[in-house]
Amino acid sequence: MSVILDGARSSGLARTLAVKVVSAVVTLFFVLVCNFFLFRVLPADPAKNLTHNSALTASQLAAINRTFGLGLPLPRQFWNYLVQTFHGNLGRSFVNQLPVAQLIGQALWPTILLVGSATVLSTVIGIWIGIRGGWNRGGRFDKTSTAFVNVLYAMPDFWLGMVLLIAFAGSALRLFPDGGMHNFTGGSTGLAGVADVLWHLALPGLVLTLVYLAEYSLVMRSSLIDELKADYLLTARAKGLRDDLVRRRHAVPNALLPSVTLIMLNLGFVISGAITTETVFSWPGLGRLSYVALNAPDYPTLEGCFLLFSAAVILANLIGDLLLTVFDPRVRQA
Amino acid sequence: MNAVTSSGATDPVPAPGLESRPASPVPTPRQLARTRRRAALARFWREYRKDRRGMFGLVVLAVMIAVALAAPVLASSRGLNPIYATATPNAGPSLAYPLGTDADGRSVLTLLIWGSRNSLLVGLTATLISILIGALVGVVAGHFGSIRARAGRLTDNVLMRGTDWFLVVPFLPLAMVLARTLGPSLGVIILVIGLTSWAGTARIVRAQALAVETRPYLERAKALGAGHWHQMYRHVLPNVMPLLLANTILTVAGTILAETTLSFLGLGDPIRPTWGQMLGSAYEYGVGTGNLLWLLAPGIAVILVVLAFTLVGHALEAVLDPKLRER
Amino acid sequence: MALLELRDLTVTYATASGPVPAVRGVNLTVDAGQTLGLAGESGCGKSTIATSILRLLPSSATVTGQILFNGADVLTMNWGRLRAVRWAGASIVFQGALHSLNPVQRIGRQIAEPILLHEPGVSKQSAAGRVVRLLSQVGLPAARADSYPHELSGGQKQRVMIAMALACSPSLIIADEPTTALDVMIQAQVLNLITDLVRETGVGMIMISHDLSVLSATCQRLAVMYAGRIVEEGPAHEVFTAARHPYAQALSWAFPVIGDTRTRMSPRGLAGDPPDPAQLPSGCGFHPRCAVALAQCSAREMELWPAGDGRLAACVQVLNEEEGGQPARSVADENRSAGEAVA
Repeated sequence: MSVILDGARSSGLARTLAVKVVSAVVTLFFVLVCNFFLFRVLPADPAKNLTHNSALTASQLAAINRTFGLGLPLPRQFWNYLVQTFHGNLGRSFVNQLPVAQLIGQALWPTILLVGSATVLSTVIGIWIGIRGGWNRGGRFDKTSTAFVNVLYAMPDFWLGMVLLIAFAGSALRLFPDGGMHNFTGGSTGLAGVADVLWHLALPGLVLTLVYLAEYSLVMRSSLIDELKADYLLTARAKGLRDDLVRRRHAVPNALLPSVTLIMLNLGFVISGAITTETVFSWPGLGRLSYVALNAPDYPTLEGCFLLFSAAVILANLIGDLLLTVFDPRVRQA
Repeated sequence: MNAVTSSGATDPVPAPGLESRPASPVPTPRQLARTRRRAALARFWREYRKDRRGMFGLVVLAVMIAVALAAPVLASSRGLNPIYATATPNAGPSLAYPLGTDADGRSVLTLLIWGSRNSLLVGLTATLISILIGALVGVVAGHFGSIRARAGRLTDNVLMRGTDWFLVVPFLPLAMVLARTLGPSLGVIILVIGLTSWAGTARIVRAQALAVETRPYLERAKALGAGHWHQMYRHVLPNVMPLLLANTILTVAGTILAETTLSFLGLGDPIRPTWGQMLGSAYEYGVGTGNLLWLLAPGIAVILVVLAFTLVGHALEAVLDPKLRER
Repeated sequence: MALLELRDLTVTYATASGPVPAVRGVNLTVDAGQTLGLAGESGCGKSTIATSILRLLPSSATVTGQILFNGADVLTMNWGRLRAVRWAGASIVFQGALHSLNPVQRIGRQIAEPILLHEPGVSKQSAAGRVVRLLSQVGLPAARADSYPHELSGGQKQRVMIAMALACSPSLIIADEPTTALDVMIQAQVLNLITDLVRETGVGMIMISHDLSVLSATCQRLAVMYAGRIVEEGPAHEVFTAARHPYAQALSWAFPVIGDTRTRMSPRGLAGDPPDPAQLPSGCGFHPRCAVALAQCSAREMELWPAGDGRLAACVQVLNEEEGGQPARSVADENRSAGEAVA
């Protein structure tokens, strides 16, 4: 094995990263193309939606079709679609004629807030549970936590949402609001506004946190158990290290690697997985937007949401891949 | 019944007192294979029995499937028809209606029992479709991907690009769009779930197939003139089976949850009750009036079934791969 | 006082099919600065002994007897004292360094770890300096300290393990199959390195291997194990060239000396397999495979009897010879002559 000098190694790292980014962009483009065809294949009739099925003259129909660019031949439509998307124009909603990009922009932040906070909490708690359970496998903590987590994993997230909603926001205990992101009365700003949002965030955030931490803790536990068989842990103990140091310094960093990858993979799907929770709690995020758009049916909005969901997955995959490249020296070989 | 002794040897000379027993011929390869398979199954069962959580899951599954099969016996199907519902809607538990009634006055218990049929049916059938597609794609991609020829790797690449798309596009939005387009029916739900969830299986199967392809007996088969189909069907597939089996069971858990979600969102069959559909209706019509049982019962049922499948799946994995044991 | 003394060491593993004895009543002594080789086939218990010296066996193992390190019993030490002994008193060079090093930490950090642990006053910089010195002692350039384990070859990794073992200047090094996974050429290099280091630092060493020739070249004394027991012990060269115990003889003949017609002509190889530790033969563990077994070999418990100057052997035949009698007729011989008489 040749000697790898520092300079060469860092350039190898940069090259690996560049390759991965390019690959992600290519995948995104591929998704763009496929989404286009998916939504052109589905029957779409914006005119019917906009006019709620009332009778239209041919010229009125033609006018509507022109506005939405539906009368053009397919290749032309495809080209328009690509150009528009690159410029950030995702079309207009069939329902309210607002630019889809704007609708998505408005819905993006609530979703990120909800999903982001749930992810952070569930990652920290889930990993802690997984480590504690896996290190003393078969112990009391392990048995109870695994049982608890398995049940959580088997639970439909919207059901958990509904149960919590009834329990805490129902007429009995009005501890939390039963939906939405802000209070209807008054547009409270500043600290009061933040507190208001947090109050509304509590229940849906709790639901998602519980649902995610189930998987994360299972993955971390299994990862750590795999790592426990490693020989280098024997070396670490032979050096005279205390048990918790062996775990913290040697076992956990190695066990975290596959966990981080899996968690990042999951993160991508988390954005679209919040659809049901957002619906149950009337949280004005992307999930709710796509659900409402589905029922309309509002295809441009759906298409835009689709694109964003797929982009989220690709981005999450890329970040997970990059994280692994940065933290696992074995992967770095160009 | 052949008279092969436990050591597999034959017993040409009958023991005294047993002269009436005819001397048994040398067992054919097929008989030997059958005996070995039976012994392997017995060993497998013995190992599986040791896993308490797996046994719990298996028992729950058996009960669920029994209930689903015996539905006509346990609860009259008339109870599903809102026309015949005479009880007070959204009533609490009573002797006649142990789990109360729904907004139409139908017995929640009846709905639950018949719902188990549809939920399990959808789960199992959708899984079947998903696994078939996934296994096919995975085996073909893995087999042709390990051929050194250009055409082989091209097939692999094309299949994997397609798989990648299904992996990247999130399941729920895609399923929602397809279900909305194709109309509300149980068949559509089955199709939609099956068509959108095979990618993960394909990935796993392909990885295993690639590993199998490097084994020597495959080279031998090729040298003996085995065609692609023969290689895949006779050699690659059987070695991928154990992994596939465990993956299948775990997939069922996922498909049942998926059906629950889709039905809750109103995309399912409005006529045939499933647990997901019960949850959707309970949310819309029942919760407001305080009918909690309607909401809780199907939810707990779903949790039990999914948990059972998950436990069985993990137990299977552990038995088939000794490295995963004692988790 | 001996550096290390094993007294009646017995290790039993608890398995799903019952308790399995891996080591049965082993007595060994290593003096300061002395090198002892421990030989035997896989499964004979030698690695178990190595792991047990620093109390590193899994909790499923029951250990009885005494392990006296500088007079203190390792088995009854409290944890604090034990952790201090680990690495600073005695260190281990593990086999298969492929997995014995943490794959996501740099080599330098792993070598420095025991130094920083056992000598709290040492600063990171001086520890780094010591790492560089240790690396040069084992023939590796200082730049290697920044490498990760997967960037090194097998031989280099083994050198790193040796450097790591020397980090806290222990008085005893336990080398568990240090060259087994290496190519022959690299093996020779690493063995020379070990020999030089032992000579320079005066450290005591136990080397474990299945390769008698390696042990006889590197160690002063040699002990041969079979089925959890020591069956022969003595000066390395003598045990290798003129073993007394039948098993040790067979083992040493497995390594023929080039040009020596005697070993070329004599029968080699041993029929059968080492016994399953769960189902050990009664009496002498070797009697089912022994060509000169007596009737009493399956009944009588073997001990290490004197077999020459500073030599011990656990064989009744050897005992008889030493006591001045003729070697008794083995069971096999009896059967053969009985068979001839019948014919």
